[in-house]
Amino acid sequence: MIEIRDLHKSFGELEVLKGIDLRVAQAEAVCVIGPSGSGKSTLLRCINLLETPSSGRVAIGDVEVTDPDVDIDAIRRRIGMVFQQFNLFPHLTVTENVTIAQRRVLRRDKAEAERVAAANLERVGLSDKSGAYPAQLSGGQQQRAAIARALAMGPELMLFDEPTSSLDPEIVGDVLAVMRGLAQDGMTMIVVTHEMNFAREVADRVVFMDGGVIVEQGAAEQVIDNPAHERTRKFLTRVLRPAAAELADLP
Amino acid sequence: MTRRQRARAIRVAQYLILLAAAGAFAALADWGRIGDAFFDVDVIHDLFPEVITVALKNTVLYTLCAFAFGLLLGLVIALMRLSPVTAYRALATVYIEFFRGVPALLVLIGFGYGIPIALNTELPGGILGTITVALGLVAAAYMAETFRAGIQAVPRGQMEAARSLGMSHARAMVSIVIPQAFRIILPPLTNELILLTKDSSLVYLLGVTLPTRELAKFGRDSLNQYVSMTPILIAGLAYLLITVPLGYVVRRLEAQQAKAR
Repeated sequence: MIEIRDLHKSFGELEVLKGIDLRVAQAEAVCVIGPSGSGKSTLLRCINLLETPSSGRVAIGDVEVTDPDVDIDAIRRRIGMVFQQFNLFPHLTVTENVTIAQRRVLRRDKAEAERVAAANLERVGLSDKSGAYPAQLSGGQQQRAAIARALAMGPELMLFDEPTSSLDPEIVGDVLAVMRGLAQDGMTMIVVTHEMNFAREVADRVVFMDGGVIVEQGAAEQVIDNPAHERTRKFLTRVLRPAAAELADLP
Repeated sequence: MTRRQRARAIRVAQYLILLAAAGAFAALADWGRIGDAFFDVDVIHDLFPEVITVALKNTVLYTLCAFAFGLLLGLVIALMRLSPVTAYRALATVYIEFFRGVPALLVLIGFGYGIPIALNTELPGGILGTITVALGLVAAAYMAETFRAGIQAVPRGQMEAARSLGMSHARAMVSIVIPQAFRIILPPLTNELILLTKDSSLVYLLGVTLPTRELAKFGRDSLNQYVSMTPILIAGLAYLLITVPLGYVVRRLEAQQAKAR
């Protein structure tokens, strides 16, 4: 469904992506792991052109995203994105957050948009918060509202950019449960995450990135529990057993 | 002396200085003359109701019209200033630098006398039209900078979230960014309204008639008529009638924003 070929991205002198090749099939859930600065988020943001790739090609279905003549707004409608900082619209209620793009972009009428919003808020367990403003919600609730906002557009693909990294540990589970449900329903998703247990349990495939390249990829139990590369092993040791890390191991 | 005693002594000394200054002023001032000049009850009686029905009304009218014009133009110029098109950015910068740097008085004269000479026609709307455009042009320069700061204060993630939902840049601006920017800039915008209220006094340059006088001109005319400072005091109080509530609104808005954060 998604095909990324020889993707490069530089910010000025700094080359963040150094030739990424990745294919994601329909209904596949892929988790991207790796140290910060490895280019995971940039890769995700290149898929819906929040960042413009320096070179290479991204195709979704038979539409080439990187074609300069493509209608990027039309493509973004098919791709849901969830951000680390939620990015809910603070001046709108939860329902308005979920309906505004349906109405302004998909041109649904108010009743239809609100019906879709209610269904998706129920799906993420926020039916009782529909009239609240984002500032009145906890971080976990905000992130679930953001997921409902993306789902209301009926996306074929969901991109998650460290969706639980700015949440308190005890509410991470609520958000992960929603994402697990999505994966079980057959949503195609790419998740940048540090949650190894989630990756082990939900991901059809785990991709380990470091230094702007994909170091290795494969089934979760293979990459996480039995990594082939030394870099992967070192990273996983630091993430899974932070107390055991030795100063000498630090990059 | 302990530290607490010293602090106490300093505070007492400060109050004593204030009292001494007030006492000196009260003793030196000629209260009879001040009363006659500033608080002439007969004159006050004569000034009403025109000070409200004509002067205050015109001040509010000129201010609001110029403000509305400046608000719209200011938003357009702010968007030009943030445009990816270099020519628009340059135009907006030149506009802002010019109208922010030139006294409002000169702009008003330029429009009141310059345009009729240059184009052999007057601006439509007479005095009101001229002051709306002239003061609005000046206000727009300040408001454009306020708008720009407000738009840039909205976190980048807001635009990214809107774009990721398939909104065009323009749609995201209108539905997501500008409404949030507007909340941020309400306090400085209200300050601009207060400044404009006072600048509306410049209308006298255009040669106003009796029914088009505003507060400052009304006060000066009455000063000559009654040979009394009382009208100036009344006009000043009438300005405060507008600006003090606005100042209160600004403080309320700022407190609200501090709470929401």
